Amino acid sequence: MAGSLGLCGQQPYTDFELSLEQVSHSFGKRRVLTSVSAAVRAGQVMVVTGPNGSGKSTLIKIAARLIRPASGRVVWRAGGRELGMDAAKGVVGLVSPELTLYDELTAIENLLFFARVRGWSGHGLVRWRGLAGAEDVAAGGGARARARAILEQVGLEGRGDDLVGTYSSGMKQRLKYAFALMHSPALLLLDEPTANLDEAGTEIVRRIIAEARGSACVVVATNEPEEVTWGDAVIRLGGVA
Amino acid sequence: MTPSSDSGAWRKAWAVFVKDITSEFRTRYALSAVLLFAVTALAVVSFSVSPYSLEPDAQSAFLWTVLFFSAMTGLARSFVREEESRTVLALRLSAAPDDVYLGKLMFNAALQGAVALVVVPLFLVLMDITPVAPGVLAASAALGTLALAASSTIVAAIVSKAKSKGALFAVLAFPISVPGLASAVRSTTVALRGAGGAGTAVAVGVAGAAARTTGVAVARSASAMAAARGDLLALTAYSVLMIAASLLLFDFVWNE
Repeated sequence: MAGSLGLCGQQPYTDFELSLEQVSHSFGKRRVLTSVSAAVRAGQVMVVTGPNGSGKSTLIKIAARLIRPASGRVVWRAGGRELGMDAAKGVVGLVSPELTLYDELTAIENLLFFARVRGWSGHGLVRWRGLAGAEDVAAGGGARARARAILEQVGLEGRGDDLVGTYSSGMKQRLKYAFALMHSPALLLLDEPTANLDEAGTEIVRRIIAEARGSACVVVATNEPEEVTWGDAVIRLGGVA
Repeated sequence: MTPSSDSGAWRKAWAVFVKDITSEFRTRYALSAVLLFAVTALAVVSFSVSPYSLEPDAQSAFLWTVLFFSAMTGLARSFVREEESRTVLALRLSAAPDDVYLGKLMFNAALQGAVALVVVPLFLVLMDITPVAPGVLAASAALGTLALAASSTIVAAIVSKAKSKGALFAVLAFPISVPGLASAVRSTTVALRGAGGAGTAVAVGVAGAAARTTGVAVARSASAMAAARGDLLALTAYSVLMIAASLLLFDFVWNE
């Protein structure tokens, strides 16, 4: 494994900012988040920690705009303006235990599928120059070249044409990183980022976060003491941690 | 990357369709269940009922009962599978709702179309039926298939988040599908029986028995098409309305 993951400076929103404004949420009668406010800018890492059930994963999904908070606001800003929901497909990269890719497709097919529904035709888009696999992109390799390059970066080289259903849990976790990084997100949301990963996989996560500090916004939800130290800011939920 | 700028909605919907078709060919998740149900139902009824004991309207109702419950067996799975295998989160993060809906609609229409391609000829053979107007039968089957796919796709999206998906799908889909089903049954009846006294428009002036027979068949088919025209138009309108309403609603269903 070598080379850059291609996170830094590639996304169109280099001044991206995530703001959580008085965010509260409940599931039925059980309140899991109460008036959480925080902001994180491109180049910063925010860690969310707290005991099980304290709402870390919920906050990640709210930040990704997958859940609408019961009250409060989630604001994405870039270029001096708020970004609407239509920007979501190009902004967010998510790694989460609740996220699963298609077992019956190969890793390459998964990445190509998500690239296509995001609007990447896969025929040599010059906008993607500078990312890993740039030479192949220029040569017309497009999304497939990018997918192979990303798989290599997460340690899945040579396994891209295998069905995901044949992967181990650690390999699936690595593939989630490939899925999250494929479109060079401006907002990288990592829920339990090193779950199921061995030491080599954990080292890849450290590299990803280190590169993301260059320009992306990173939010990490974790209970691991070492991972809490990755943050420039730490939010503690539930009042126990 | 700025989404939705390089490829049109159809290209993205096509990607969803191709993904679902690829998954289906590799897993036979829906097709096996649907075909098993349809062929079993057809075989059981055809063996137990004399082909000549059913009137064309009953035959038509039977055909569409089989096609409707085939759809109930399989069409919900396109969305249910995304929920059950938890791939829905990745799909919601990556794809626009309209693209997902159109892709799933295309998949459901293709699946139901494949079932109709097997079931309708099998129905004609097992029930020993020679349709008076094969063209009308083909049009009824095609438009009815699209109508079933259109109504089932949005209902499948709604019920995929519920616990009792199977029962809820049939309960919700039936009232929504009734207008389309009624038109499909009526136009199929016309295709099987002809338009009332059809055939009396004798091919006057046509010389020879063979030519007269051909002329009569053409006249019967033409009059059947005229008689079924209203129902075929109603089926088309039903499908267009269902798809338009679904596109308007799907954003809420998908994101809430």
